[in-house]
Amino acid sequence: MRLEDAAKLLHGTFLCGENQKETEIDRAYAADLLSDVLALTEERTTLITGTISPQVVKVADILNVIAIIFVRGKRPAPNLIEYARCLGIPLVFTEKTMFETCGLLYTQGVKPCKNRPVCRLK
Amino acid sequence: MRLNELVDLLALEHLTPAVSLDRPVTGGYCGDLLSDVLASARPDEVWITIQRHINTVAVAKVTGIAAIIVCKGIRPNDDVIHKAEEDGIALLSARESAFEVAGRVHRLLFPEGR
Amino acid sequence: MQEQAGLPPEMSDRLVYRVTAGDVESGGNVSAAVKSELKIRGLPEKIARRAGIVVFEGEMNLILYANEGGTVQVDVLPNAVDIRIEDNGPGIEDVEQALTPGYSTAPEWALELGFGAGMGLVNMRNQCDRFEIQSRPGEGTWIHCVIERGRDAAE
Repeated sequence: MRLEDAAKLLHGTFLCGENQKETEIDRAYAADLLSDVLALTEERTTLITGTISPQVVKVADILNVIAIIFVRGKRPAPNLIEYARCLGIPLVFTEKTMFETCGLLYTQGVKPCKNRPVCRLK
Repeated sequence: MRLNELVDLLALEHLTPAVSLDRPVTGGYCGDLLSDVLASARPDEVWITIQRHINTVAVAKVTGIAAIIVCKGIRPNDDVIHKAEEDGIALLSARESAFEVAGRVHRLLFPEGR
Repeated sequence: MQEQAGLPPEMSDRLVYRVTAGDVESGGNVSAAVKSELKIRGLPEKIARRAGIVVFEGEMNLILYANEGGTVQVDVLPNAVDIRIEDNGPGIEDVEQALTPGYSTAPEWALELGFGAGMGLVNMRNQCDRFEIQSRPGEGTWIHCVIERGRDAAE
């Protein structure tokens, strides 16, 4: 589904990157903990999170996350928004909970990310 | 829906067999930040998380949630499992990611949307 | 993507960064810089991403746990990216335990900022082709990661 349709479904607003509203979002990952996000193996994921510390955007940039949806009505600080804008990562803000956000997107066919086993012996 | 039905439908692993699953489930809470959970999770919701910290048990008790579902095949330590059993908190394990578990739980609880 | 035959002499192939303990706001700046530096040097996205993840986790550990901070050193070699992260902090009591997914010693305040998943060292190790860690209580911590560069374009 397109990012703008997701935003509408979530009664959300774009904090930045509205020019990318036609981006197709194929898969999503929901996480509050940064190292959990960093364990993502797939690129072009949409991140659903309630963590608004600036590291979220830095991590998203490392992983080539294509959009971040901030849930639970937690609005990130202006400098985070600005940083995301500079990096070209669209941010959507919704009052809905992470549970409802996941539920709604999942029902619309947004896929989960493939799981990498938690322990990998090297 | 009853918790035991949910567990069966999603093939969740029940880590605390001493705790009864015969209780209602009315919704879900997804997240890993304990203060957010304390502030927002409601009684009889299932808590979907990757937290395996022992504090989750106390948080579950305080909020009255129906069960904790730990995702991605993450297993809490034995001490966490013991505490959950002692405190009557159902601890469940899912192989899938939080997004997928939340999605599937949501679909089961709210098939017509909400 | 073609590998460069060699680096221009004016481009240093060693990057060293100092990370200050407790400076959470800056957390992630070094990894962002490293990823960017690697891409400038023509390394493929995949390699830059793996290095970015390794440095991010290492950087956050220095900020959260190494009471005097520490250093991140990245060597860009023809056949590998070699990363060393060192500190003179308190050291790790039980390295095996620290390498267990989900084991975290993050302080209370950090947990609320999204830290403390207990996956930091696991994530680092998963991104490297070679990973070594040495640490003892009172003697600081030394981590060495090597990410090998492929010989063909499909790296």
